[in-house]
Amino acid sequence: MIKETVYTFKILRYDSKRPEEAAQFRSYQIKVIPGLTILAVLIRIRDEIDGTLSFRSSCRSAVCGSCAMVINGKIDLACRTQVASFGTNTIILEPLPNFEIIKDLVVDMTPFWNMYEKVRPYLIRKSPDPEKEIQQSEEERKRIDQFVNCILCASCYGACPVLARNPDYLGPAAMAKLERFVLDSRDERPGDVLEEINNENGVWGCDTVFRCIDACPKDVRPTDSIVGLRKAILKKKLLGRYK
Amino acid sequence: MLSHDIIIVGGGLAGLRAAVGLCEKYNVALLSKVHPIRSHSIAAQGGINASLANHPDAKDDSWEKHTFDTVKGSDYLADQHAVEIMCKQAPIIVYEMEHWGCPFSRFPDGSIAQRPFGGAGYPRTCYSADITGHVLLNTLYERAVSKGVKVYPEWYVIALVTDNGRCHGVIAFDLINGKIIPMKSKVTLFATGGYGRVYQYSTNALINTGSGIGIAYKAGVPAKDMEFVQFHPTGLIGTNILITEACRGEGGYLVNNKNERFMERYAPKAMELAPRDIVSRSIQTEIDEGRGFEHPLGRYIKLDLRHLGAQKILEKLPGIRNICIDFLGIDPIKEPIPIMPVQHYSMGGIDTNEKAETEFEGFYAAGECACVSVHGANRLGGNSLLDTIAFGKLASIAIDEYLQGKDVTPDETPLNNKLAEMEHTIRMITGNKGERPFSILADLSKNMSANVGIFRTKDELALALENILKIKERYKGVYVSSSELHMNYELLNALELGSMIEVAHTIAIGAYLREESRGAHSRRDFPARDDANWLKHTIARLGADGNPEISFKDVVITRYEPMERKY
Repeated sequence: MIKETVYTFKILRYDSKRPEEAAQFRSYQIKVIPGLTILAVLIRIRDEIDGTLSFRSSCRSAVCGSCAMVINGKIDLACRTQVASFGTNTIILEPLPNFEIIKDLVVDMTPFWNMYEKVRPYLIRKSPDPEKEIQQSEEERKRIDQFVNCILCASCYGACPVLARNPDYLGPAAMAKLERFVLDSRDERPGDVLEEINNENGVWGCDTVFRCIDACPKDVRPTDSIVGLRKAILKKKLLGRYK
Repeated sequence: MLSHDIIIVGGGLAGLRAAVGLCEKYNVALLSKVHPIRSHSIAAQGGINASLANHPDAKDDSWEKHTFDTVKGSDYLADQHAVEIMCKQAPIIVYEMEHWGCPFSRFPDGSIAQRPFGGAGYPRTCYSADITGHVLLNTLYERAVSKGVKVYPEWYVIALVTDNGRCHGVIAFDLINGKIIPMKSKVTLFATGGYGRVYQYSTNALINTGSGIGIAYKAGVPAKDMEFVQFHPTGLIGTNILITEACRGEGGYLVNNKNERFMERYAPKAMELAPRDIVSRSIQTEIDEGRGFEHPLGRYIKLDLRHLGAQKILEKLPGIRNICIDFLGIDPIKEPIPIMPVQHYSMGGIDTNEKAETEFEGFYAAGECACVSVHGANRLGGNSLLDTIAFGKLASIAIDEYLQGKDVTPDETPLNNKLAEMEHTIRMITGNKGERPFSILADLSKNMSANVGIFRTKDELALALENILKIKERYKGVYVSSSELHMNYELLNALELGSMIEVAHTIAIGAYLREESRGAHSRRDFPARDDANWLKHTIARLGADGNPEISFKDVVITRYEPMERKY
């Protein structure tokens, strides 16, 4: 038989449609078997205890980026976090910081997507497309690997201390996305796009305290992208080109 | 009432590809119940098939060979003219995605890398490590952003509005604001994905309820070949997370408790790279005959990658390694992966043709929710990503053709009637005092996994149908905890459950009636394929009594006469 343990889940509840009611924690007692994830328990709480609980989820395998939240003080995906991994029977769940709450654990991601769109997150070419693939060496492909892995879950955005004080800051995910294209051997964006991030709301705003790296569930290092973009800006100043 | 030329429902690969193809010329709205980047296309791992002939062992590969492999893999139920179209499109689509920025893995010569996959005569599966769905979806979403596609994120469609053989639009539910909104359109395209969650054990995301298929079916659109359900050979034990076929494509072994590579008995030539229906049945047979391993979470077979070595696993299968570490605490470099076959893909779906058209004027469907059919009775690995983008694109071309030189005016009356009906349904659900949706869904999905699984019998299928009728009765009393409409996920679960029950019903009845074994539909009481009586598509449409009415449709055969399927 698999042994069940009783856990207490304290979940921050708030409804932006009822701003007069302050956010507060609600406690749920639930029996959990080993190996269960935070997301699995959240689903059981909504099913069996409280049908009004709101949270986002989809893939349950750490690839879709829906369920980033604060779990016992640390940002992670609820679907890949084991309930038993904290050495305590009390689990505290809060929504991602640096966002407005819509309801409970669901936040308004609009500012995150606005920043994403700002960097022109797509391949830009001037050359005509060849008949077949654009050639790229294995080494060139590898260069963008870690930034390709980003699942846009906004964990880094929630963890960033700069965004906490400056909501106009581009943020780690958008810069990682930009670097993914700047580093891509096939991309031909004009060098002056770097001017748009050559300021305190862009690459120079970063505190380089690596909170984004700690928070990333996919081992992406957004700080590397920011440092890379700073170098590209300097290179362009010195040599007139960034590649 | 909102109005658009074209409403696309679903923000995965098929929906995005169609939107990208249409948005410059038409007023397009893309509705997605999750942000498009969260769509289930993201979870595809292994790759996308195209006869690029980049691999040194595939220099004479061609779209014809890809077509043959797909038709044979389908156990000859696929419509061959449609398979030809898809396989011809494949290289065009892969190059197009590459030109749009898709970061495919590369061969040393700088070309797109390709790997072997199940049921394919050549290594023709293009990939990006084991995150191919992720890179394709990101690329198409990026393309959609660059083109300024209008997205309604977290808008659910709860009804399709049809009247007199044509489609007038949809009734949408804006989850964040809790508003029910009629939306009229000249054309509606469903790209709403598969129904994996109708099963208890599935690799699918929680959003894969199949509600799009159910909504269309309830609006009178027929569903096709619903009994053909793909069980993926390698779902991770416990969580049922997908462990890609690329593990075997890269050389992984399947091993039983006698330490045998048992596939030798079932597919001596193809071994682990036989098509999925055959590998899943082989694994299930090993388990049923006592050659599996015991685990508190169920019985399993081992997928052994250790001989591939750390470097190959880290380079080609890093996502799989992370899944094993995160969800089971094992490292496949050091230990075999415990797997079992689980529901994975819906070969059946909304009855469409090779232009993504349905029986209803102005209503189209593409991707997993549709059944063209290009996969027939069993889909080959690497063909679903291809299907989504190919038919997303072909749908956009067909819709453009349809709208040219035609003055289409959607009728608001049926939209208003349907709106009133849906408002009434929601009032009933929030006012009922019967049963909450989760326990009804749990019984439905257990019923499907237990009685409409890999191996099927008449008695079990009869029981499944009986259970579904009881579940339909229980559903009449479904209720939810809160009558608030905004952010009420439980209400959406209740609404979607209504569609899931209909989808389950069409699957079970198709399986009950089809007295043969073909592809993924395997009847213990009818173990042979029966081309004389059953080389035909099953069509299910909602009858006046609320039960599916079944008819049949011929399979299109062009140049590949059905023959015995051996691997």
